[in-house]
Amino acid sequence: MAKIKGFVELNIEHCKGCELCVDACPFDVLEMSAQVNGKGYTYPFMKNPEQCTGCASCALVCPDVVITVYKVPTKQ
Amino acid sequence: MAVDIEQYKKDLLAQGAEVVFSKTKNLTDTPFSYCGGCGHGVAHRLIMEVIEEMGITADTIGVAPVGCAVIAYEFWNIDAVQAAHGRATAVATGIKRTNPEKFVFSYQGDGDLAAIGTAETVHTCNRGENIAIFFINNGIYGMTGGQMAPTSLIGMRSSTAPYGRQHDVHGYPLSLTNLLAELPGTYYVTRQAVETAAHVRTCKKAIRQAFENQKLNKGVSLVEIVTNCNSGWKMTAPQANKWMKENMFPQYPLGDIKVPKTE
Ligand SMILES: Cc1ncc(C[n+]2csc(CCOP(=O)(O)OP(=O)(O)O)c2C)c(N)n1
Ligand code: SF4
Ligand code: SF4
Ligand code: SF4
Ligand SMILES: [Mg+2]
Repeated sequence: MAKIKGFVELNIEHCKGCELCVDACPFDVLEMSAQVNGKGYTYPFMKNPEQCTGCASCALVCPDVVITVYKVPTKQ
Repeated sequence: MAVDIEQYKKDLLAQGAEVVFSKTKNLTDTPFSYCGGCGHGVAHRLIMEVIEEMGITADTIGVAPVGCAVIAYEFWNIDAVQAAHGRATAVATGIKRTNPEKFVFSYQGDGDLAAIGTAETVHTCNRGENIAIFFINNGIYGMTGGQMAPTSLIGMRSSTAPYGRQHDVHGYPLSLTNLLAELPGTYYVTRQAVETAAHVRTCKKAIRQAFENQKLNKGVSLVEIVTNCNSGWKMTAPQANKWMKENMFPQYPLGDIKVPKTE
């Protein structure tokens, strides 16, 4: 079976740097950036984009609805 | 060599990548006033997603509490009012009785629902009002700086119990949800959490059930959501979620407490 592929987009200015998305990702895709946003919070980025499956675990636990998830549909 | 993320996204879009999760239109663009990592945000989102998915956005009225969620109406893109401390179910009662065709819910913290509002909560449930109650239990008064609540755990430190809660001085942790499940006026009672993707999915189903039940006119649907208060508990958000799992869940076990009998 071909690998399921996806990616996330982040509304960085709404992020509060809580790191719950990093913990929630089953594939170790996310890491907190060394930069800060306009409010002074660190925010996540895709450290291992190729490992992302678009499972949306990160987005489901994000309290500030920062994350939009994309997924390549699997062919039937 | 590191992958060029922007190029990688473009490649996946060219392969037909579609949005599988995005922010519901039932949340406004106003950023939440909550501390980073606070469970209130997820609870808000799930309720608003369910309302959108059921197509009842214009037919739903929410009642916000006093507590950190006091300005929830700024974040919910639906009709809402805000009640005096603890009185949200009384206000919801009035709204539902005068607008029986609307979907009505209250959204309340543990200080609001299970401390100052205990009388209103008990009598709303005892009358079997046809509303949904979403009860955000973080075991503390978050908004006012982390005072002990009736729901605080034995040994739990707070600004009003700096040496930890002692049962002989402060009483025992109150599980009002279990008491309310004993009343004939409650139709559906469940306890959920939102700290993992799996719990988020189950919690959303419970919220959906609570709204669906309102079509039946059979009484209160009560969904307790055990959440963190990382600021009040003086922890980081990941630490608070771990502490919640180890300490809150044993005292407040997750799962259905009262499910409608199948006829
Ligand atoms: C009549 C009245 N008494 C006391 C208060 C102070 N007060 C504001 S919020 C709050 C407790 C909120 O705790 P909870 O309901 O658990 O909400 P949380 O902030 O934890 O979500 C209290 C005691 C008030 N606003 N009004
Ligand atoms: S969508 Fe899934 S795999 Fe991708 S970053 Fe989020 S949690 Fe990780
Ligand atoms: S869970 Fe959301 S708010 Fe927290 S760090 Fe991740 S993107 Fe930011
Ligand atoms: S004080 Fe506690 S309940 Fe209030 S927003 Fe902060 S973490 Fe959430
Ligand atoms: Mg509270």
